[in-house]
Amino acid sequence: MSTSKISNAKISRRAALSGGAGLTFAFTLGVDGDDAAAQRPFVAGQPAPKTLNAYVKIAPNGIVTIFAPAAEMGQGIKTAIPLVIAEEMDAEWSRVQIEYAPVAPAYAHPVLRSQQVVGSLSLRGYWMPARTAGAQARRVLMEAAAKRLNVPMAELSTEPGFVVHKASGRRLGYGEIARTAEVPATLPEIKPEELKPTSQFRLLGKDVGRRDVPAKTTGREIYSIDVAVPGMLYATVAYSPGRGIGFVSHNGADLNKMKGIVDVVKLAEGVGIVGSSTAAVLAARKALKVEWAKPQGAPVDSEQNRLAYLADAVNLEKKAVIGRPGGDAAATALEKTSAAMAAAAKTVSVDVTTDYVYHAQMEPVGCLASVTGSGPDTRVELWTGTQWATNAVETAARILGIPADQIPQKVKLNQLGMGGGYGRRIFNDYVSDAVALSMAVAKPVKMVLSREDDFANGRLRPMTAHRVTAGLDGAGKVVGVRHRIAADTVVPYLYNQARMDAQKGVDHIVFAGADMPYYDVSNHMAEHIYEDHGVRTAAWRGIGAGANTFAVEALIDELAAAAGQDPYAYRMALIKNERAKKVLEAVARLADWSKKRPEGVGLGIAFGRLGLPIPPVGESMAATVAEVTVDRATNRIKVSNLWCAADVGLPVQPKNIQAQIQGSLIWGLSTALKERTTIKGGAIAEANYPDYDIIRQSDMPGIKIEVLRSGDVPLPVGELGLSTVIPAVAGGFFAATGKRIRNAPFLSARVRAALTA
Amino acid sequence: MVAITVNGRRRNVDADPSTPLLWVLRDDLKLTGTKYGCGVAACGACTVHLDGQPVRSCSVKLGDVGRKAVTTIEGLSTDGQHPLQKAWVEAQAPQCGYCQSGQIMQAAGLLSKTPNPSRDQIVRHMDGNLCRCGSYPQIVEAIERAAKGGRS
Repeated sequence: MSTSKISNAKISRRAALSGGAGLTFAFTLGVDGDDAAAQRPFVAGQPAPKTLNAYVKIAPNGIVTIFAPAAEMGQGIKTAIPLVIAEEMDAEWSRVQIEYAPVAPAYAHPVLRSQQVVGSLSLRGYWMPARTAGAQARRVLMEAAAKRLNVPMAELSTEPGFVVHKASGRRLGYGEIARTAEVPATLPEIKPEELKPTSQFRLLGKDVGRRDVPAKTTGREIYSIDVAVPGMLYATVAYSPGRGIGFVSHNGADLNKMKGIVDVVKLAEGVGIVGSSTAAVLAARKALKVEWAKPQGAPVDSEQNRLAYLADAVNLEKKAVIGRPGGDAAATALEKTSAAMAAAAKTVSVDVTTDYVYHAQMEPVGCLASVTGSGPDTRVELWTGTQWATNAVETAARILGIPADQIPQKVKLNQLGMGGGYGRRIFNDYVSDAVALSMAVAKPVKMVLSREDDFANGRLRPMTAHRVTAGLDGAGKVVGVRHRIAADTVVPYLYNQARMDAQKGVDHIVFAGADMPYYDVSNHMAEHIYEDHGVRTAAWRGIGAGANTFAVEALIDELAAAAGQDPYAYRMALIKNERAKKVLEAVARLADWSKKRPEGVGLGIAFGRLGLPIPPVGESMAATVAEVTVDRATNRIKVSNLWCAADVGLPVQPKNIQAQIQGSLIWGLSTALKERTTIKGGAIAEANYPDYDIIRQSDMPGIKIEVLRSGDVPLPVGELGLSTVIPAVAGGFFAATGKRIRNAPFLSARVRAALTA
Repeated sequence: MVAITVNGRRRNVDADPSTPLLWVLRDDLKLTGTKYGCGVAACGACTVHLDGQPVRSCSVKLGDVGRKAVTTIEGLSTDGQHPLQKAWVEAQAPQCGYCQSGQIMQAAGLLSKTPNPSRDQIVRHMDGNLCRCGSYPQIVEAIERAAKGGRS
């Protein structure tokens, strides 16, 4: 399944019938662009709307093609959603082949209302639509078989790939049925109770193996950087150091004389170099000299700014936007929380900071764009791995002046697997650049960023500083929590200002994980002091939770110490949710929390969760224990073991869940111990991997993950666990040394400062 | 024109001898299994073999290949059934997959010299190959499995 064959052709039932080419089922996700519709519970059996798109087609030979609506970036989703459809269909999995769905409204994520792979929401979002699609396919096959065998529907059942009439021992293969069946004008409605009981799942819950894995072991998986079309040129882009900064001058005229160079092109925030090979354009890139425009205001120095952010978080005079609680409660939150704090017998405060971090995805961003025609005949075809397919085609259309309603005819996206997404590939600047370059030279252009420019164009997780304060009454109950977050904004730049305004200035990327729904605390509020210094930001794996959970769990640890209690016992007493308690108990057991460790070995524990407050998405939960020692000679923290217990709802592919949570823990560990992006003189200081320290093979702790099941719905997994690692490591550091460490990553200079504090 | 041997075949390449072998393989010979990650030999995604030894092809010039045999991931097996590839699938090691060609080629270099490596030897040998998805444990598991002749 390494190449994507995408057809934008609307497949009508008539065409399927007349061609005798098998059976095509068209299903809707009930997407109608209406807010209310998106937030309806995911009930199956929505009546088919006027416009239908295909999820399943069946060839006469029995091969079932299932269309995957969500893009693969290593999280397993290109296999998982088709697997759900195949389960309900009772398809024979070995006879299923998977293709990417085209960009079309019928494939939009029900909550995101777009084909967008973010927030670990794909499997959860498509769960009911996919089950319904599979169940509908099965029903139509059975109805057709009933006609053919001349028996009542009630006497039929299915086995993988077959409709079976047990009474007479007859069976018909799905391909056999497909060859002659009539698809009804109105597709059958499937009620939720008609879906397969989870106890009968044959595929879901067992490892079937990811379909993309074999090609990834033979070099045959095609990424954006790999595609080629006839007549193609190559390009790279020299990126400016900051948002909105263009160039003043450059020596492009000299480059045009270099071998293989075709053109040097002006872009909004960079200089594009087009040539006849990657080697030629990368060589020209090295020879390129650019004078960049000066930024507005003082050039950014991230270390200085970090201290300024902290000052802002501490200074109550500094204006902030309240994001938690949301909605109407925000209006009275400050008053209520302030009153609670004023009446408190005691307050406890914690200040933490986190540095900027870069995605460091192994495949630099890129895209192949082929713009053809002119004026109203302009068309474009794109080949890229993107996390936001809908936006990719809309962006290309906007640049080319193609009206939105003509996108299906004039803009084609060939979705590819990504060599790492992690949030970076939501932002389709690489699509914009490729389209602009193809327009400039009137040829297909494959744009690839050099690693140095991928760094320079890094779209970072915000730098943050937090002051979290809890007010306690005389009995030690938490009667108020005020969480002030000074951080770069993301929503205006990842999306646009209009969206920020529609959200009343609440940056949901920054606020993720800031609230404390499972702890027994009253009058909690979280507020965001905007820090906007021209740094490029975007969503980074785990988004705000990576920073906010550090702050929250650091506060919990401080409260535990103030109460003279063990951090695990304190959490068990303060947590008011049964699922959360189970997860904490499980990790404590897994890590043998109560077993005394030798002097200098410390355990820390932290709780986090993942999901959306929009009902009924739901949240998954994780608790992590870190085993920490500190080398006093080098001031380096060593994490020997990470244990994690995770409640993921219904586990769909167990091995993949292990891999995703493991990956999340490694990302969290990397932000705890190693990686950060620094900005000096207004430019990102780290130029390439040697400058940017990430977790490598030799840094790996032992990792043990226990997966807990709750309920019958898969909950978000891809980013689960990431946010628990920094606080667990900080807690382990405290247990090992008696000192608190508050500034992530915990580099040796910061360890030294913490030890001598 | 420069002649080099790639995956057992003699190939003539019309590229400057100073061109990194990585781009010769990818753009001239259309062998895109070898990946570009950094261009400065810091990530391992571009790993190929020269006479069976793992090297970072981003930092080898075409003109320096000479008569050495180049093996890419495509040449490791004809059918994807190299013991490492089979073990990689069993372990479900790849996530995004982009680093995996380089990881497998690096691992193949280890097993050809050290058929029964200790875990420590594996980690040290593989340490220069970055995996951003964090599939490190599965990589080690796969190498150990392949070393044991496919038995876990």
